[in-house]
This record gives sequence, structure tokens and C-alpha cells, in this order.
Amino acid sequence: MSATLRHVGWVLRGNPVTAAAAAGATLLLFVAFFAPWLAPYDPIASNVPNALQPPSAAHWAGTDQLGRDVFSRILYGTRVDLAIAFSAVSLSFAIGAVVGSFCGYVGGALDRVVGRLVDVLMAFPLFVLAMALVAALGNSIENIILATAFINLPFYIRFARAEVNVRRNLGWVEAARASGDSDLSVVLRFLLPNVLPAMAVQISLNLGWAILNAAGLSFIGLGITPPTPEWGIMVAEGARFITSGHWWLVAFPGLALMLSVLCFNLLGDGLRDILDPRMRT
Amino acid sequence: MTGPLLEVEDLHIRFSTRRGPVEAVRGISLRLAPGETLGVVGESGSGKSVTAYAVTHLLDRAGSITQGRIRFRGRDITRAGRHELRELRGSAMSMIFQNPRGALNPIRTVGRQIADVLRAHNAITAREARERALDLLRAVLIRDPKGNLDAYPHELSGGMCQRVMIAMAIACEPALMIADEPTTGLDVTTQKTVMDLLARITAERGMAMILITHDLGLAAQYCRRVAVMERGLVVEEGAAARLFQAPDHPYTRRLIAASPTRTSTVADLVEGDAPPPPRRAPRAPGTPLLLEVQGLFKQYARTRAVDDVSFTLEPGESLGLVGESGSGKSTISRLICRLIDATAGEIIFDGQSIAATPARHFHKAPQRRDIQIVFQDPTDSLNPRFSAFDSIAHPLRRLDRLPSEAALRARVEECAERCGLPRELLDRFPHQLSGGQKARVGIARAIATRPRLLVLDEPTAALDVSVQAVILKLLDDLRREDGLGYLFVSHDLNVVRMMCERTIVLRQGRIVEQGPSAALFAAPQAAYTRELLAAIPHFDPEAMREPA
Repeated sequence: MSATLRHVGWVLRGNPVTAAAAAGATLLLFVAFFAPWLAPYDPIASNVPNALQPPSAAHWAGTDQLGRDVFSRILYGTRVDLAIAFSAVSLSFAIGAVVGSFCGYVGGALDRVVGRLVDVLMAFPLFVLAMALVAALGNSIENIILATAFINLPFYIRFARAEVNVRRNLGWVEAARASGDSDLSVVLRFLLPNVLPAMAVQISLNLGWAILNAAGLSFIGLGITPPTPEWGIMVAEGARFITSGHWWLVAFPGLALMLSVLCFNLLGDGLRDILDPRMRT
Repeated sequence: MTGPLLEVEDLHIRFSTRRGPVEAVRGISLRLAPGETLGVVGESGSGKSVTAYAVTHLLDRAGSITQGRIRFRGRDITRAGRHELRELRGSAMSMIFQNPRGALNPIRTVGRQIADVLRAHNAITAREARERALDLLRAVLIRDPKGNLDAYPHELSGGMCQRVMIAMAIACEPALMIADEPTTGLDVTTQKTVMDLLARITAERGMAMILITHDLGLAAQYCRRVAVMERGLVVEEGAAARLFQAPDHPYTRRLIAASPTRTSTVADLVEGDAPPPPRRAPRAPGTPLLLEVQGLFKQYARTRAVDDVSFTLEPGESLGLVGESGSGKSTISRLICRLIDATAGEIIFDGQSIAATPARHFHKAPQRRDIQIVFQDPTDSLNPRFSAFDSIAHPLRRLDRLPSEAALRARVEECAERCGLPRELLDRFPHQLSGGQKARVGIARAIATRPRLLVLDEPTAALDVSVQAVILKLLDDLRREDGLGYLFVSHDLNVVRMMCERTIVLRQGRIVEQGPSAALFAAPQAAYTRELLAAIPHFDPEAMREPA
């Protein structure tokens, strides 16, 4: 255990960008968990007389058209967006890694059929596909998660397939079979753990993308409905006031969105180093 | 004669790594006269390649020359600038590498690549360059030089690619050729033709050559002078004939002892006790053979990898399968191990047919634990996420329901100990082990379930000779103590002769010749076997011809 911590410490020391990204991601998770305790105001309670106040000591990010505290709404919004992103990415990772690994290991007809299906899926403009899915399934958080997971799936399938394919004829895979492992157990117990480090990078990049995707869907009015505090909705609602000079309505949620996407993207490289056993000495 | 062509004086090279600086070369001096051939031999990590890279300024960023001097034709080139270097490379010195296919650009035809080299150093037209490239391909004896001028590297065999590399290296008539393991990975017969060609071309053109190799026989046969390197130092240097007949330095002596020759036995390779007597009694009448293979075929898309192969193996016997690449020896080992399915044929193990169970269901067969395999590359054969303990314990967990975790640990430790693997290494991961230690883990894993047949697929091909010697001894002892049957697959005829009672020679999936090893190697019947035997480089004093 202490060796693991030492190794994580070594990676982070040698890589200040990763350390900053990891700190940012930790902060995001912390905020998401403790939003009710951290937020200075109720994110939904309107206070019309106090509407459209610029940032001040009382309202760090100003107030919106209904007088709600923008800072509190951003804190609560972290919850919604991260929850969607994490669930969607876990779902597509779990399904994509298993399906992709089997395609890469078994090859043949299965691989060809799945491969072509993935090609078809990737030929769609993915955001439009997500829009169509949410529109068809109905406006709910579950459906946004499903749609986001679905459009991420092809990347995981391809990735896992390629990573498994280069390893399937290595000695240790044959050795596992000679040791009495079935094909199923070779894939699940040998190949999957070995492609994990490479996939961690993909997961982290994908998290950022999934956040953006969820916010994008609510920005255009699909998925989450007001008054739920969510970054995409806040940007959408704030956009109406941008011409009248109320910049803080858009700028702060936009900044939160940008920083969180940046965090997860930068974290990817560091994660790969942490998870790869060969990097340890 | 004027001064030396190349002079290396007290060269130190240091690499900076995560665990601090590493001295790869710790003060070596070499001199090479024009037209001379020098062999640099040593095992991995001896610094032989790094020295060559320093001379040609190909060291990567982590490595730097910290001390010493390199002079070429009397001129100091230790810190030569880029401009000076471009002048030197190609036209004054050139280099050929291991893995020729990797060194060639895969998307340009070989003719163009040779022409590129020519035009970089000479002011000639594209047409002239093409003419000269064709001449060069003729000089390196490429089959159908006109046709292959427009071939891509992937269309040529490994040996042919190395000839193209040689053509590129001699294109600008350099005075010095550095060949870094030029034939590693090539078949012995190909190795012989490539090396003969290299020796002839350098002699004809008066070029000096530095041959870097781990193969003592190769250095002895093709170099007049040999330097032996160990851990960054030249421990001994001298005329090849003298060095191999009367080595001075203990390391040279150990290296020579560890290299298999035509006459050596496993016991000769390592200093130690005589092997225990074999525990093999003649098979009682009525008891089955350990293995009987009848009319085995394996067809891949268009090629027949295994073509009507039949043989038998007595309990406790060791049988060698030798052949060059494409001979089907690895395919046969996987067929016997039931990792792949045969197209046709019968495999009878201990009186029971095992060919009928498809390979994907064979993990449930009762014979699974009786047939185990040791793989070629010790690094590739261990799961990077398993510790040595887990690797050895894995087959036991799957195939042997041991009563408790303590019993499992005891069994793993017993196997490790028998394979000479210290207990404290069991918690390490593969990347923390040396090549020899990884090979031991692979063998311990294979014997963990106490199999009756062990298939050894080139178990020492990726190891240094001194490590190979120890591993061969270990395998030989294990067989004698346990009465294991061995199917020993190798391209190295000397190793097979030492390890196996009987030998089968394969070529393109067919059996060329088989018989008791001693007889087969002493008086080979098939022309192909004779050709294979003649191609092995050697340094036996009586067989070594004094170079003219």
C-alpha cells in the first residue's frame, strides 16, 4: 500500500500538470458531494427584488434574473453534471471494454459484425444522435445518461479491441490457457486488467467530453429542465442577458464547465503512468 | 600504411535514468587499422552497442560521452557538429543494424532508398542513382535485382532486407562498416550467406569492419581480432585464434565454456557436479507410449504449416524438433499442447486420443495438467500484472485443488527453489526480474502441476549464453530427476544435440530426417541437415581456418 502511495507521489512530483489536474478533479468531487453544506444560498429559491446583481461580497458570482445566487447554483450544478458524466462513462466503459475485448480476442465473424456496427454508429454526428435519443426516450436524467453512454460506446469497443488484439498471442495468454483457463477467464482475468491502464486515459478524456455533452444537451433544452441548477441550463438562460451586459450569468458557469473538462483531460496522462505496473520500480 | 582508421581512447558513456546515472561504458580503448576486422563480443548490458552508437553519434539524449576521445583518420570527432557528421556518415562510416526490416522505410521501394543514400552524398541524377542502386543490388546478390529494385521491404525476406541494408551501407564506399548484430533473428543458413557476403564485400573494397555480436562463433569465424566486453569494460582483446584457444581473462573463459559447440555436453557448459543419473527404465511391455502423433496436418489460409508429421515419445524421453523459421516447429508444439486445433491427424497421449477435444474446451480435459509448455520469450510469457508467485501459483489454482493456501504457498516455493529462484524474488513483478529469472519463473510455472510432458518452445533463444547454459543445466536436471518427457523445440542444433536423445529435423512442415541425436549429428543423411550443420558458426580450434 505504501509502495502504491510512493509511486503515486513520484508520478505527481515529476508531473506538476497532472498534480494540478488531480487536485482540480478532487476539488470537483468534493464540491459535488458537499454542495448542500458549501452553498451559501438555496439554489432554487428566487428573490426577485435582488435580481441581476453583479458579483459582490454577498454574491460572489452575482445573481440571476430571478435573484438566485449564481455561485450556489454552480456548486449544485457540479453534482448533476458529474453524476451524469460518471454514470455514462462507467456504463460505456463496462460494456465497451467487455464487448471490445471479446471481439479482439475471438476475432472472426463476431469481430467483423461488431466492427461494422461500430463503424455505422461512428458515421453519425454523435451529438445529433444523442439529441435524437433523448428526444425519443424522453426528457429525464436517466435518458441523458443512456444517450451519452451510447454515443461513447464505439470508442471503448474499438480501443479495447485494438489493445486486446495485440496481446492475444503473447506467451502469457497462451500460458494462461495451458494453465487451464477458459477463453472467458483469459479475457476477463488476464486481458482486461492489462488493457486498463491504457483505457484509463480514454476514461478520463471521456469524462470531460461527457460533461460537455450533458451540458450541451440541456443547453439546447433537452434533458434536464429548469429550475434544476445545471451548468448547461445556466449558460442557456444567461445567454439571453448577455447583450444587456449581465456577463456573470454566462461567464461563471461557462468557466466551471471549461475548467472541469480541462481537469479531466489533463488527468488522463497521469493516470496512465499511475496504473501501469511497469512504471514502478 | 598510415595511422589507424579509428581510435577510441578511454571512452566513458553515462546514461541518466530514474534511479540516477548509469555508467554504460567505463573507459574502453580500441584501435582499428584500415581494412581490419574487429569483433566486439559481450552479453546484454556489456556496452558493446552503446560504444558503436557513440562512434557514429547515434546515442539518444539520455546518453552522453563523459570522458575520452574518438578519432577517425586522426581527426577528433568526439564532439563533431552536425555538418561534420553528415559528411562522415555514409561516406566515411556506415552502420547496419539488427532487425533489417525495422531499419528500412516500409513505404519506399528499396531501389529508391538506396538511391536516396547515393544522392545525399553525390551530385548525380535520379537515373544514374537508379543504375548504381541496381549495381549495388547485384553486388549483394539479391535474387532478381531488376525486379526487386521496385519491391517494398515487406515483400522481401529478412535475409534479403539485410542485403538491402548492406547495399545501402556500402553505397558510398565508406572506409568503416559497423555491423550491430547483423544476423540476429535470421536463420542459420541465411546468417551464413549474409555473413559470407559481408566478409567478401568488405575484403574486396578494403573496408574495415566492426562486428558487434553476442555469438562467439560468429566473431571467431569472421573477425581477425576480437575484443570481449563485460559491464562496460574490454576485459580481453587479441587475435581471434589466440583468444579462443587460450583465453586469459576468467570472463572470456566462462563465456567460451558456456557457448555450446559441436562436442560439448550440458555439464561442460557450467562448472558443477555431474548430472544425476536418469531415472528412466525401459518401458514395460503393454504400457502405452507417452505421446504418439500420427499424420498431423495444420492448414492456414494458403500455407500448410504442418504437413503429415508423425512421431512418438517414450515416457521420460527427450525429443528435439529443429528447423528454421517456417518449418512448423512452433505450430507443432502448440498442436501438442492443445492450444490450437489440427486440421487432421491424431495425437495420442498416454494411450488416449486428445486430438478430438477442441482446443477451446481442452482446459477442462484431465490431461491439461499433464502437458505444459515453456515459452520462448521469458518477458512475453509472464503476465505483467502477476507477481512471480501468482504466475507460478496460477496453474495450481486452476488445475490442482490444493487443500489450503498454505499448501499452495509450500508448493510454489518448492517449485521456485527447484528452479533456482530465491524466495524473496517471488513477490516481484516481471519487469523487476532479469531475463534469466523470468525464464526460471516460466519453468517453475510449467512444472508446478507436475506434468508428464513438457513442451519447450525455444526456451533459451532470448537469453545470453551464460544464462542459457544455466537454464539448460536446470532443464536437464529436472528431466533426469522427475522422469519428464521433453519435446524440445529449437533452431539451435547444438542445444538440441545436447538436450535430446532423439532429434527430428523439419523443413516447411515436413520431417526431413529423424534419429538418435548422436548419430544424426555425426553422420547426417539428408542434404538439408548437412547444410544446417555446416552453417553453424564455430570456434573449435581444429575446425577454425586461419583467414587468408
